[in-house]
Amino acid sequence: MIAYLGRRLIQSLLILLGVSLITFALLYLLPADPVRQIAGRSATPQTVENIRQQLGLDQPFVVQYWRYLVRLLSGDLGRSYIQRSEVTELIVSRLPASLLLMVGAILCELLLGLGMGLIAAVKRGTATDQTLMVASFVGVSAPQFVVGLLLLYVFAVRLSWFPIGGYGTWRHLVLPSLTMGILGAGWYARMMRSSMIDVLRQDYVRTARAKGLARRAILFRHALPNAILPVIAMIGIDIGIFMGGIVVVESVFGWPGIGQLAWQAIQRVDIPIIMGVTLVSAFAIVLGNLLADIIAPFIDPRIKLR
Amino acid sequence: MKKFLASTVAASALALMLGMTSARAEDTVDPNAKQGGAITLTYKDDVATLDPAIGYDWQNWSMIKSLFDGLMDYEPGTTNLKPDLAESYEIAPDGKTFTFKLRHGVKFHNGREMTADDVKYSLDRVTNPKTQSPGAGFFGSIKGYDDVAAGKAESLSGVTVVDPYTVKFELTRPDATFLHVMAINFSHVVPKEEVEKYGADFGKHPVGTGAFKLAEWTLGQRIVFERNADYWHKGLPHLDKITFEIGQEPIVALLRLQKGEIDVPGDGIPPAKFQEVMADPEQKARVVEGGQLHTGYVTMNTTMAPFDNVKVRQAVNMAINKARIIQIINGRAVPANQPLPPSMPGYDKEYKGYPYDVAKAKALLAEAGHPDGFDTQLFAMNTDPNPRIAQAIQQDLAAIGIKASIQSLAQANVIAAGGDKAGAPMIWSGGMAWIADFPDPSNFYGPILGCAGAVPGGWNWSWYCNKDLDAKAAEADSVVDPAKAGERDKMWSAIYDKVMEDAPWAPVFNEQRFTMKSARMGGADNLYVDPVHIPINYDNVYVKDVQ
Amino acid sequence: MTSPIAPDLPAAGRMPVKPRAGVWRRLVKRRLAMLGLVIVAIVVAGAVLAPWLTGYDPNEQMFDGLTIEGSPLPPDAKFWLGTDLLGRDLLTRILYGARTSLIIGIVANGVALFIGTLVGVTAGYFRGWIGGALMRFTDLMMAFPALLLAICLAAVFQPSLWIVAMVIALVNWVQTARVIYTETSSLAEREFIDAERTIGASAPRILFRHILPHLLPTIIVWGTLGISTTVLLEATLSFLGIGVQPPTASWGNIIFENQTYFQAAPWLVFFPGAAILALALAFNLIGDALRDILDPTQRGRA
Repeated sequence: MIAYLGRRLIQSLLILLGVSLITFALLYLLPADPVRQIAGRSATPQTVENIRQQLGLDQPFVVQYWRYLVRLLSGDLGRSYIQRSEVTELIVSRLPASLLLMVGAILCELLLGLGMGLIAAVKRGTATDQTLMVASFVGVSAPQFVVGLLLLYVFAVRLSWFPIGGYGTWRHLVLPSLTMGILGAGWYARMMRSSMIDVLRQDYVRTARAKGLARRAILFRHALPNAILPVIAMIGIDIGIFMGGIVVVESVFGWPGIGQLAWQAIQRVDIPIIMGVTLVSAFAIVLGNLLADIIAPFIDPRIKLR
Repeated sequence: MKKFLASTVAASALALMLGMTSARAEDTVDPNAKQGGAITLTYKDDVATLDPAIGYDWQNWSMIKSLFDGLMDYEPGTTNLKPDLAESYEIAPDGKTFTFKLRHGVKFHNGREMTADDVKYSLDRVTNPKTQSPGAGFFGSIKGYDDVAAGKAESLSGVTVVDPYTVKFELTRPDATFLHVMAINFSHVVPKEEVEKYGADFGKHPVGTGAFKLAEWTLGQRIVFERNADYWHKGLPHLDKITFEIGQEPIVALLRLQKGEIDVPGDGIPPAKFQEVMADPEQKARVVEGGQLHTGYVTMNTTMAPFDNVKVRQAVNMAINKARIIQIINGRAVPANQPLPPSMPGYDKEYKGYPYDVAKAKALLAEAGHPDGFDTQLFAMNTDPNPRIAQAIQQDLAAIGIKASIQSLAQANVIAAGGDKAGAPMIWSGGMAWIADFPDPSNFYGPILGCAGAVPGGWNWSWYCNKDLDAKAAEADSVVDPAKAGERDKMWSAIYDKVMEDAPWAPVFNEQRFTMKSARMGGADNLYVDPVHIPINYDNVYVKDVQ
Repeated sequence: MTSPIAPDLPAAGRMPVKPRAGVWRRLVKRRLAMLGLVIVAIVVAGAVLAPWLTGYDPNEQMFDGLTIEGSPLPPDAKFWLGTDLLGRDLLTRILYGARTSLIIGIVANGVALFIGTLVGVTAGYFRGWIGGALMRFTDLMMAFPALLLAICLAAVFQPSLWIVAMVIALVNWVQTARVIYTETSSLAEREFIDAERTIGASAPRILFRHILPHLLPTIIVWGTLGISTTVLLEATLSFLGIGVQPPTASWGNIIFENQTYFQAAPWLVFFPGAAILALALAFNLIGDALRDILDPTQRGRA
């Protein structure tokens, strides 16, 4: 176990290193000049060169990347070119909003997805089952920006149940979480359904039924806990999908998270911020995968850590 | 030290002898203004910094003006210069020496008195390349600027502290815009000890002499200003507190205004709601319309064929249907026919510009040897409404045979393409367009139409370089005497008329500003569309519902 | 990274699966798959027949397409789905937008499928350092937030229709590579492949005669599901303003251009939104049915 963990940690670090290298290279190739963004419209060429030197942007790629890496290892993500603040500070100030959205999204996913999957499994083969499965397909096929705008229109503009955008109370959280969660809910519904059907076929469920236990008791006390575990184990892997969605969802709802931070930074080639957000997202994804893999054997003893 | 003093005294004596003295205008404080109260504003985009040497965004421009002061400012709601931290100033007749007498007893928010040393320190700081100020270039006429910009000196040799309340500027050339430069945010006075204490984070902990001081800043969410009780300008500011809520979509902001939760949506009325608001008399009454020192234009790269032919450029000017483009943005602009916006001194009211005339445009193209048009590219920034405007221009150009493919890119990419001599044949300037830094006609020339900007990485995207006009511009800017301002404006009008003859740009429109406010907000309308304190003049507005 | 739920392999014997005719018959019997096929047929018909289905030019900004104040027109007898913010006919733009979605769906997904299969098969069959390196690289790509990567790539290469397709392909091959890798590596361990090796069959022969045919069902399933992912990613990039360049119509950029008006003119978002949803849903339904038919044991998460 410990050897496994050690190997996985080293692997994860190498992956993050690779992510940083590729992102840094892409941003280096960007046909835009960050120094021009800093120096402003009235700057003389001399001023521009001066700033370029100070930021080390006149150095060859390898030197620039090496310097970034050395600072990164000491926990320093650098300073934003445009905002001039520490990138760490900027990310830390916006991370709570993104994490809150993530928690909200996961709750929506699980509540909707598991509920739909459970009902579909119990009513297997009926029209309800079919309808729910179509709904789950709609969930995974719906573009998040359309879902977001649609929810906004119906529940915020027309019905005024929720605010149109912004951040602060639980009411603000509902629509963005739902938007993020609908995609995952579709997947969870399908997984939950098949997992539940598997469990219901198992001997112990049959035995319980033969003993004359109430249907409800069998479902909730015996089948559900067993069916739900493998599904829950997928949450770690979900983080990757989540990180892909925040740029869009945060921009539709004006949510002050790291997705918006990254999007604004890309518009103005604020390289330290783009690097920072990419690395933080990649870290979350790697961590989620790692956790999912570590938890897997506890849930399903047939899986061994390799 | 003594010798130093003696020489400067001699110099100022000379200046006094020959000098033109401007007394300060009487300060106007609205007699109906009420004291106290708190207001709430919203902005969509984050406030990056409140450091006057660095902040250069829509949302922080006026905030900085309320936290800090410069030697000069403008009468509220106008473009008329007046002394601010300076009590008076003198300009030597050669236009190369400016001496400012500072106001006594002006205190920074930390309680220390502001003196001439602070003025000098602030200018040394903003021009120092280590500060990386986007405004450093404005100070290019001060003696010693080149050495500081090159990192060879730490201090501007042209700025001298004569005594604690007198500071003298020596310039390398007569500069009629210098008083404006002394009013721009980048020259605002900062206290050395606070800058050194916070280092690069001074922008998050601003300490100035301004009407308000920073009370709270929650990154990405809100900023709170509170009244500076020690403000040197008696009777100002009127408000006790201003809360800025950040990250609010304009559409949300407007709804909150309609519900009475906020007082001013800082980003204005969102396009989709504009007609709804204007159709309702009650809401319309709370909308203030004003001009803006802004021009939206299409640049044509005069070094790239076929735009190296003036007839082609003139044809483009005649092909663009400005009325239609203004319709697309819900009529929130006026058609432009010259680089300067109408509210700018030097705007030529007589100039008629190029008419919208498709037949004539086609004929010009044919004369230029392109009877069937040609293929080219039109760059635009990729945020709404710019791709839409670019498509409207594309359709207009197609009508005379010019097939322009659109490159809709991130702001930084368009700027990079414009600064590359072979990068972009045409650029629609929207989203990156020129909003004047100060209300002076010269501000629309140097970096965007003069030879100085036609360099790799520069902002003269049409690569238009007319040495003759550069000389005329220098001549106009050497007319320093305020009494000859009218004459100078005429010289500038002539320069822009000549620019339009060469047609490196097709001016399209001048944006109008529409600010909406809550019913409780008081103060003259022009404070809400202040041409300098953009978007509104926080120091002078007030609320009506306090005792 | 090890996948916790590795798909079990079909109990295929020595014979390569030759399922074509049977698959089609079984596919059309499933109601949901049929629904998917009908939607795809409608979209394809709309895209191909667009010039005959509508009398308007998709890019023509009509003078009477806007109110005097510059507002778009609601659906009426003249403009069936209304007009957009430039006074263009929305229905026409949606029809032509289908072309963009289909081209991107086929090209980008085809390239992604090709890269994914190439990487997966190479890594799975040859193992060794090549396989190791390829799979580590795949792990690396998995750690990227896909959309952020696509945004950065789009900024570097400056979008056109083909560039957008390539960007999407570069982001989307990873999942396919992992699935193909898992299948190839367990196939490569099976007796019949071993037997081929012992009788001296060359690697290309084994790959093309034995491995690829066995992978075909997986490739078909992933190829179909992948179109759905691709269509969604293109729409998202265009929605952010960094996808297909205007005036080329794309369902995503129709929403991007009009979203400021969505409260006053929701149809400008709903119609193209419904089109994206329908096409993505269709390929998901077909792909899922194919998965059931071709490989009943392989379920789970895409």
